[in-house]
Amino acid sequence: MLKIADRTFRSRLFLGTGKFSSAETLKKTIEASGSEMITVALRRVDLNDPADDIMNVLDRDKYLFLPNTSGARDAKEAVRLARLARAAGSGDWLKLEVTPDPRTLLPDPIETLRATEELAKEGFIVLPYMNGDPILALRLQDAGAAAVMPLGAPIGTNLGLITKFQVEIIIDQARVPVIVDAGLGAPSDAALAMEIGADAVLVNTAISVAGDPVKMAAAFAGAVEAGRAAYEAGLGRKSAEASASSPLTGLDFIKT
Amino acid sequence: MFTIPPFAQLKAKVGFCTDADAQRSLRANHLNIDDLAALLSPEADKHLEAMAERSADITAQRFGKTTQIYAPLYVSSFCTNRCSYCGFAADNKIERRILSLEEAESEAMLLQQRGFNHILLVSGEAPAKLGVEYLEKLALLLRHRFAAISIEVQPLATEEYARLFAAGITSVAIYQETYDRKTYNKVHLGGMKSDFEFRLDTPARAAAGGMREVGIGTLLGLADWRTEGLALGLHLAWLRKNFWRTAITVSFPRLRPAAGEFEPLCTVTERDLSHLIFALRLFDPDVGIILSTREEARYRNGMIGLGPTRYSAGSCTAPGGYSDPEISGEQFAIGDHRSIQEVCAAIRQKGYDPVRKDWDAGFQLH
Repeated sequence: MLKIADRTFRSRLFLGTGKFSSAETLKKTIEASGSEMITVALRRVDLNDPADDIMNVLDRDKYLFLPNTSGARDAKEAVRLARLARAAGSGDWLKLEVTPDPRTLLPDPIETLRATEELAKEGFIVLPYMNGDPILALRLQDAGAAAVMPLGAPIGTNLGLITKFQVEIIIDQARVPVIVDAGLGAPSDAALAMEIGADAVLVNTAISVAGDPVKMAAAFAGAVEAGRAAYEAGLGRKSAEASASSPLTGLDFIKT
Repeated sequence: MFTIPPFAQLKAKVGFCTDADAQRSLRANHLNIDDLAALLSPEADKHLEAMAERSADITAQRFGKTTQIYAPLYVSSFCTNRCSYCGFAADNKIERRILSLEEAESEAMLLQQRGFNHILLVSGEAPAKLGVEYLEKLALLLRHRFAAISIEVQPLATEEYARLFAAGITSVAIYQETYDRKTYNKVHLGGMKSDFEFRLDTPARAAAGGMREVGIGTLLGLADWRTEGLALGLHLAWLRKNFWRTAITVSFPRLRPAAGEFEPLCTVTERDLSHLIFALRLFDPDVGIILSTREEARYRNGMIGLGPTRYSAGSCTAPGGYSDPEISGEQFAIGDHRSIQEVCAAIRQKGYDPVRKDWDAGFQLH
């Protein structure tokens, strides 16, 4: 089972809540996904309003509520958002997003590292959203991140795991769990991320903007399970040459 | 500093585009300014359906199944400008009013009760009557009660924008009205606004002042809409390059009946407006597009999800008009009189989520 900080998760699919057509659709989608960790943009919810429609959908006994700092342009803003959220009762878990460029929403590595250092010191369980940069992953881990969340592709692009080469290095090197976040456009993308050894994936746009978000959530859930099982089973090496399923040349002639 | 090529030159650029250009641009993955010209050209008219489809796809992918909701709050109708199309023009004989801070606050609280979380403070341009101090005080009064507070007031200096940002103002709208210098000079007869260059440079100052979002736009009905669209695209692209941290929105208000009885200098149909919106969406997938209550309910309903990302609702364009619906002295007559509840219901009906909160002015304070 996946363990992040002191918490275990049966499902390795995490869900983002933006872009849904209604709170009702979101609710059904969360159920279909089997996900146990749901991220919510602090900018979108009012934690002080008991009638907030997104917060009302989230049964916090059932799901881990992971607030995120989407919209923060620098470490200062992100830290301020985190503190305000914790003061309003959101808990210690935090998905750190520092995205100064509103077009690509790509994460700022320098500000993300600064904010991680600060927030980890203050006792937050920090899960930073980051680009596919292996050294940054190590630096964030050393700064106290509870997991790292490299992107598969920029948010909302559905381009898939275009950072595969870097993410494989991160998976090789990191001590903390690696969650591929953003850009996964199809269940096959999620399966691929799991096959190469990612601990989990986080999906939003591909599900929320699908023709049938509930069905798509179930499809991603299946793909994540299949990909994980394949990783655990041990995938065969890819080769350009054919090799017989039943080897013709044994090595019996070698004396032991 | 941003400079705009001569309007005639831009118009020629749009005019020279061929059907092949339009089709190629429609299929392009990454559109440049030449593609925008092609998509705005008359050759693209027959591809409007395909443009709409692509615009809807891009909008859903980038912004999700959501539409943001806001309301304008008119705080003053005093104006020193003489813009021939505007009800607030200095020489119009209308009842002028500036809200006291208390009055403005109670208008804002009325909007909040009605369900608004994002308000746009609007005023005529009369800095001696309504300056930065007023806006700063009002922002400080409102910042904990609203998710976002935008302003649409006279052009300010960079330091003034920085001051207002610190007080909780999140974004600035400042429309060039027309990028055609000749027309600009013809309709802006007097006041600070008659300085074309100063106004053109204002969005950059707002961005430099640290605003999260800057809105630019043209008033449709003054000059050729295709060329305005291309000029706006150039302005947008320049702002992107120079202020990469700033979110940009665009708006295409069409001239509405107003005091002074100005006749539009050219016709812009709903089809033309839609064409502009789709072309800008294809050119810049991330730009916010605002569709206000200047347009009628039927049209606004039809456009949900096709490109626009933000709607106003339940608007009144006279200061004090929310507490006193009988009040006179509006800037222009609106086209969609529905309440926020009715507009939200229409958005839900289309399978979109009306979003009232997408920031918190409290996040940007120290």
